[in-house]
Amino acid sequence: MTLSASLALQLGSLDLQADLEVEPGELLALLGPNGAGKSTLLRCLGGLAPIDAGRIVLDDLVVDEPASDSFVEPENRPIGFVFQNYLLFENMTVLENVAYGLRSRKTPKADARRTAREWLERVGLSEYADQRPRSLSGGQTQRAALARALATNPRLLLLDEPLAALDAGTRSSVRRDLRRHLETFEGMRILVTHDPVDAYALADRVAILDAGRIVQVGTLAEVTAHPRSRYVADLVGVNLVNGVVFDGVLTTEAGAQVVIADAQPGPSFAVIRPPSISLVREPVDGSSARNTWVGTIAEVDRLGDRVRVGIEGQLPLTAEITAAALDALQLQPGDEIHASVKATDIEVYPA
Amino acid sequence: MSRSRRRGTRVSLPAPVLALAVVAVVFFALPLVGLLWRAPWSNAWAYLTEEHALIALRLSLICSLWATLLSVVFGVPLAWLLARVEFPGRGVVRALCTLSMVLPPVVGGVALFFALGRRGLVGQYLDRWFDFRLPFTTAGVVVAQTFVAMPFLVITVEAALRQLDQRVEDASRTLGASRWYTFRRVTLPAIRPALVAGAVLAWARALGEFGATITFAGNFPGTTQTMPLAVYLALETNPEQAIVLALLLIAISFAVLVGLRDRWFGRSGRSSTTVLG
Amino acid sequence: MTVFAAASLTAAFTEIGDAFVVEYPDAKVTFNFAASSELVAQIGEGAPADVFASADKSNMTRLTDGGNNATEPEIFATNVLEIMVEPGNPKGITGVADLADQNLVVVACAPEVPCGKYAAQVFESAGVTVTPKSLEQNVKAVVGKVTLGEADAGIVYKTDVTAAGDKAAGVEIPAATNVVAEYPIAVTKEAANTQGAQAFIDLVNSEQGQNILASYGFLAP
Repeated sequence: MTLSASLALQLGSLDLQADLEVEPGELLALLGPNGAGKSTLLRCLGGLAPIDAGRIVLDDLVVDEPASDSFVEPENRPIGFVFQNYLLFENMTVLENVAYGLRSRKTPKADARRTAREWLERVGLSEYADQRPRSLSGGQTQRAALARALATNPRLLLLDEPLAALDAGTRSSVRRDLRRHLETFEGMRILVTHDPVDAYALADRVAILDAGRIVQVGTLAEVTAHPRSRYVADLVGVNLVNGVVFDGVLTTEAGAQVVIADAQPGPSFAVIRPPSISLVREPVDGSSARNTWVGTIAEVDRLGDRVRVGIEGQLPLTAEITAAALDALQLQPGDEIHASVKATDIEVYPA
Repeated sequence: MSRSRRRGTRVSLPAPVLALAVVAVVFFALPLVGLLWRAPWSNAWAYLTEEHALIALRLSLICSLWATLLSVVFGVPLAWLLARVEFPGRGVVRALCTLSMVLPPVVGGVALFFALGRRGLVGQYLDRWFDFRLPFTTAGVVVAQTFVAMPFLVITVEAALRQLDQRVEDASRTLGASRWYTFRRVTLPAIRPALVAGAVLAWARALGEFGATITFAGNFPGTTQTMPLAVYLALETNPEQAIVLALLLIAISFAVLVGLRDRWFGRSGRSSTTVLG
Repeated sequence: MTVFAAASLTAAFTEIGDAFVVEYPDAKVTFNFAASSELVAQIGEGAPADVFASADKSNMTRLTDGGNNATEPEIFATNVLEIMVEPGNPKGITGVADLADQNLVVVACAPEVPCGKYAAQVFESAGVTVTPKSLEQNVKAVVGKVTLGEADAGIVYKTDVTAAGDKAAGVEIPAATNVVAEYPIAVTKEAANTQGAQAFIDLVNSEQGQNILASYGFLAP
């Protein structure tokens, strides 16, 4: 039970190109900013959006390959889909909703209903079996949608932002429930979310999707330890610098130079933690092991005892200083400032 | 003395708006009241049960029901095509199919004549090859009525289909349902109020159709003389009977419209597929 | 001035109307041509007519019975019925008896209108049972069905056959079985323009008017 996809799709302003492999029994989270193409990618896998080029193979079955004119309709793919707004059928009872996938595949009514009841019990919605979906709460609707998708015993379960439609209060408890139900499911699961907490709580592996490209794949720990995209860097709260390393110096596209400790030459990422940046008004004459860049203060955000300072310049950075330091420096947006970091405080790894 | 406000009877319209609405109600009620006032109540039953009146009524009901059925069978796929499929010239096709709504019925009848009459564009082949003619037949009446009535159904259903969230149909397909199964169990129930409203409109239009019928199908008792034609001719020689027949037609239509309760037209303000009220 | 006249008078009266305007340049004549029964019903309901010209006496009687006439009706023309067929008479119809053939598409006026009543009389005196495929509400509609090729034969006035020119052919009905339609004319009681109305009637009865009527196939009263 594997999924192997290598696809390209142009949809409106989105240019999506992605390679994806999912192992049997694995839950992969697709994480990324809005507009990255996560939902579109999911729809491609589900057969709701035909791809322009490439190939999607599900369990040795080629479900989409434009080159050979093969396309398997969604109703013929062994998938289950949980939509962002759940999309339960308003004109049927909850039980009929859950039984729908079985009935549409010609399962006799009595058998389908029996299986549906079992599923409703599993997700704790037995007493709502004969009610209409509109009488369910947000969390209950999500469970019903999940039961409906799982009742057909799919090989691949696709979940599109399953918690996004819930308010913050119910989200954690529903997330816990979802985790419990997903753990018992043996097939492959792909979950799309913009909330890293979901990825952390539910996923085995994470794929970061940004502007139509998969920029990083790995466990959440691996990904956050070595960010390879602005998105992840922002998530973790560090500065990410991209450039070419040569002779102990990393040069960015903008021309800024970063002196670093020992590192492999070639295209690389550098991570600078905000607290490791010192801010001074006058440049300091230091050793070659210290970096200094000049910039302009863009914004100052006080967060209790800590202050986040956004700096524009040849090398844009976010620094973190204490409130006391802020008072001492009397920093205002628009002021010129010098930012300084020790080479040994910068972590570098190949791109 | 305190005035208690019962739930459900709160009138929250501003006075000028209410006044205009009342004028509108009177405008519609007045002709009916006029008819009731002039009706020859003493002879009413005799006129109603006269054979040729009953024949005309039966013919009207049969033809209008057939026309409604045809409108549904052909109109729903057409509405689907216009709502869901993008093709060049879609606007033109839509205008073409709803043209008969704005055309004077007699013009419609004349046009049908030139298309399906004995010497018509298509009609001549029907006559030559199959010895089949539409004018002067009951089938011709049904054709004329369908021609004017179908657009009402098409427009109503198309609007409802457009308002439907297509993603629900996506959900259905991911659950293994074929397009037809999806249509049957998800789409159709969702557009039911609009379908019913459209069918009723089409039926009412078919029942009242006069101009196209008399021009295309002709007028012969039992075959093509529907109620409106009977009323029109009776008006010339026996106005009293005409009034009675007219009232009968009105009573039937009224009963159907009232009988189809609000519920069938969709919950007002709630359902996204409501078209009327 | 408004003239309500039977449908069969359409062509003839329009020409008389033109002559009227030539004689009285300030006058304006409007016509309403329809089945006589429909017209008298409209007058009864208050439609604004100054002159009423009917295709039969019974409809004029309806007018006078209602007290809606200002002058005594006078017959100004007569007409007879004729069978109208397609040019060249493709079905080879020779007389009323042929119309009993069920395979022919025959149309006639509805019995409520004058030409329908006359047609029924003709069938009766010829001893023939004819079942028309349609009963039209006025004679012009019958003419239309024949000239457009929808009907094989129609019972119309002789004047209609003449007016149709080469779009139709006619089969005469022998005088023995034919009816003579008498056309009366009168000024209505509610006429707004009684002088104009009388002047129009005078024109119709004059030599000029009679000549115009004759040119369309009407016979003398």
